[in-house]
Amino acid sequence: MKKVEAIIRKSKFSEVKKALHEVGVNFFSYWDVTGLGNEKEGHVYRGVAYSTSDIQRRYLSIVVNDNFLDVTIKAILEAGATGEVGDGKIFVSDINEAYRIRTGEKGGETLN
Amino acid sequence: MELLANNVWMMICTALVFFMHTGFAFLEIGLTRKKNAINILFKNIFIITSGLLLYGIVGFNLMYPGFAEGALGVFGFAGFGLEAPLVNGALDLAYNEGYTYWTDFLFQGMFAATAATIVSGAVAERMKIGPFMIFTVLYVGFVYPILGSWKWGGGFLQQLETPFYDFAGSTLVHSVGGWAALVAVILLGARIGKIKDGKVQAIPGHNIPLATAGVLILWLGWFGFNGGSVLSADPELTSLTLVTTCIAAAAGGVFAAIASTIVFKNLDLTMFLNGILGGLVGITAGADQMSPADAVWIGAIAGLLIVTAVSFIDRLRLDDPVGAIAVHLVCGIWGTLAVGLFGALASTEQFVSQLIGVGAYAGACIVASFLIICGLKKITGIRVSEKEEIQGLDTYEHGMSAYSE
Repeated sequence: MKKVEAIIRKSKFSEVKKALHEVGVNFFSYWDVTGLGNEKEGHVYRGVAYSTSDIQRRYLSIVVNDNFLDVTIKAILEAGATGEVGDGKIFVSDINEAYRIRTGEKGGETLN
Repeated sequence: MELLANNVWMMICTALVFFMHTGFAFLEIGLTRKKNAINILFKNIFIITSGLLLYGIVGFNLMYPGFAEGALGVFGFAGFGLEAPLVNGALDLAYNEGYTYWTDFLFQGMFAATAATIVSGAVAERMKIGPFMIFTVLYVGFVYPILGSWKWGGGFLQQLETPFYDFAGSTLVHSVGGWAALVAVILLGARIGKIKDGKVQAIPGHNIPLATAGVLILWLGWFGFNGGSVLSADPELTSLTLVTTCIAAAAGGVFAAIASTIVFKNLDLTMFLNGILGGLVGITAGADQMSPADAVWIGAIAGLLIVTAVSFIDRLRLDDPVGAIAVHLVCGIWGTLAVGLFGALASTEQFVSQLIGVGAYAGACIVASFLIICGLKKITGIRVSEKEEIQGLDTYEHGMSAYSE
């Protein structure tokens, strides 16, 4: 079992979500984060200019069976990319165990 | 019938001016950070509640002491509390042609609290609430009405050969608040993080929609602020006053927006909003004396002054989160002087009287606010600790959060 963590543009979220559903990845968690990186936004407030590389991003946490790993990553890479600096990152790590809270089952059956 | 119409209009205006406190609160919240929202609301609620009580206990009778013939016209006191004039045991309705004693008190009372709200915005996010409340009690309770008596109470400025003119309070309300705001900002210092390596940093407001709502509410309130300062429901005067008021607001906004876009190179909504307020403050000294064309000039120049003043104040390293000094002090002075330059009263003599008035209030306000705030600084300190300021005043001064889950 693998955890796929993706930090993507907020504007790309609905596309990524659709792409994940299309490959059969139907549940994951997400939350809004502020990212610091290479993309910069220019702001001016009451005459004071400031550029900020603190930009709102969306963080997805998806746990999948090993056989779903490649399609998941491919879906995110295709749907989440714009070609501009600031598209985001994907991290993959190992998961030791997974449980379904409602029934108490464990193992790969509980996942996508 | 005359009294009925006048009194009803004055009561409506009283309610409109009261409603401006909502506008102040929203504007101040919108242009500052979330973590201080409770503190700002607390200050604003304190101002209107304590302000009204103080006005009833001492303010009204300090502002309208009924100076004796030939008196100096600097200080008078007609006694504690409110005492309605009676004739044969019933309310004397011949108190004046416009409205009853009660309406007079309440309408004027609503103005009194405005002076402290101006300061509230300028000191936001770093002033201790206790000293602020003490300042409010002293400034609104005593300084404002005594200074107000010099003109509206029939005092020495009213007695000048060419009387000083301030229709609805560009000087008496707005610059009285503005001078105190300036003194407070100087004595308080900038917010942590506002100045870094000698350069001014941006601390954006957290709720611009609320700030916008605040400005529109203030504009609405000004219908009462200026419309009611006619002190009657005279159709010609009130309708002209509302027109000049709105036109000055519009011109102030548009010209501030144009100027700030050229100077700062972005379409900054907060400058647009400040411009509207600057226009409103600017027309307030002479709204009943101006033609619509005059109102455009006054508003437009106020708008330009706003942009100039905001950057100038920034350059002086003075931190005014809401632009209170630019809007109320700078445009208050401009509006006052404009009475000698535009409209029905324009003349050299009037301009000189306006200068005298501006000077008198400048001196008195600077001295009074300096004594109060400096005194508070020495006795209790006026600034919260660094830790409190960074975490937010809501947590430390109030123990509550404005936006709980």
